[in-house]
Amino acid sequence: MFDLAGYGPQILAGTETTIELSVLSLLVSFLIGLLGATAKLSKSRALRGIATVYTTLIRGVPDLVLMLLLFYSLQIWLNDATDYFNLDQINLNPFTSGVITLGFIYGAYFTETFRGAFLAVPKGQLEAARAFGMGAFLVFRRISFPLMMRYALPGLGNNWQVILKATALVSLIGLSDIIKATQDAGKGTFRMFYFSVLAGAVYLVLTMVSNGVLLLLERKYSAGVRKAVL
Amino acid sequence: MIYIIQNYWREFLYTDGYNMTGLAMTLWLLVSACGIGFCLALPFAIARNARNPFIWGPVWLYTFIIRGTPLYVQLLIIYTGVYSLDVVQHNVALNAFFRQGINCTILAFALNTGAYTTEIFAGAIRDTAFGEVEAGRALGMSQFTLYRRIIIPGALRRALPVYSNEVILMLHATTLAFTATVPDILKVANDANSATYDSFNAFGLAALIYLCISFMLIFGFRRAERHFLAYLRP
Repeated sequence: MFDLAGYGPQILAGTETTIELSVLSLLVSFLIGLLGATAKLSKSRALRGIATVYTTLIRGVPDLVLMLLLFYSLQIWLNDATDYFNLDQINLNPFTSGVITLGFIYGAYFTETFRGAFLAVPKGQLEAARAFGMGAFLVFRRISFPLMMRYALPGLGNNWQVILKATALVSLIGLSDIIKATQDAGKGTFRMFYFSVLAGAVYLVLTMVSNGVLLLLERKYSAGVRKAVL
Repeated sequence: MIYIIQNYWREFLYTDGYNMTGLAMTLWLLVSACGIGFCLALPFAIARNARNPFIWGPVWLYTFIIRGTPLYVQLLIIYTGVYSLDVVQHNVALNAFFRQGINCTILAFALNTGAYTTEIFAGAIRDTAFGEVEAGRALGMSQFTLYRRIIIPGALRRALPVYSNEVILMLHATTLAFTATVPDILKVANDANSATYDSFNAFGLAALIYLCISFMLIFGFRRAERHFLAYLRP
């Protein structure tokens, strides 16, 4: 159906890399977001301060600038650290740096999403859980996390789409993702337009699929919530 | 840090001696993209809420495609893709237009922000209170007057907080311009990095400048919100 001029395997591998990168970055930023939200809602002033500085700084600076800043500096810092401890040099590949930087950047956005969602959980639920003698972790696992997810899902879905689209930038720091593969194919065959549009089409399919998954998740986490019939 | 500031402050702020660079270029990209995007979005947002599927359909398709693909891909399609087409290379006017990186960049950015802004404005128009339109009709306003006096001013006011977010995201997106050889702040930082290998300070300085612009935009939009949404204050 499509004429890929022999670049099919590269493009497929690039698509896989893009998906892996975005899923791993999502996991990292999800965890950072949970930690950040907990810090922002904690009683300790120092923790709140650190989390606020983190989210403000990260959200005020363009992701591409942060990505280049971290990508070039991470390796230098790592070298300094390994030199200091007399270890062998650890080389970061673009994939690992991509996951770390994307996770770190979008963790700030997730922090804000989760903070709002945790605040939306009704107080009575938490009181009831404590009255049953649940510990802090059990309350989190059984009560506040599942309840919070319903409020966080729309924001989460948004963030996921943004991460998916941000992975396009990682080709700029040398990762062979879908963009790199299609650009190589375009340069090799002198059909830049065709292959660039192909890259766009792949992203479009990915966003469409994730829209469907989000709809299913939303249905799952809204179990037991009645919608007003208009 | 001091070395980079001493050697590159002029490039970072406004010029490399020949062209507009750095901060001035970034702001020019932001203003032109958002300006064109705004002018596109207003009629599109009205069309998006039309009853005729042949009117809202194409607009929906436009926003769907633009919002479903990364801006970098859109820029690549316009900058490297379109220029490689025979039609463009053999047409004098098109050739001259697409050969300039800055033209392609502004076109891509404007189309991108136009799509997001269309959805923002369309949502705000949809939220117009039933009574406002009814009152306008009762006063004998024509459809055009109704839009001009009632629907558009109200919708733009309601859209302001979300629109300010979009403008800040657009500022962050302008960093992609350096991939199309446009000398914006990030391009200067990249040059400074290549020349000095002082990555942290070169990109850190760029990050600081972007942070300042972000804060100033946030401040400006807050003032605007206080002015235009004064009637909502408790």
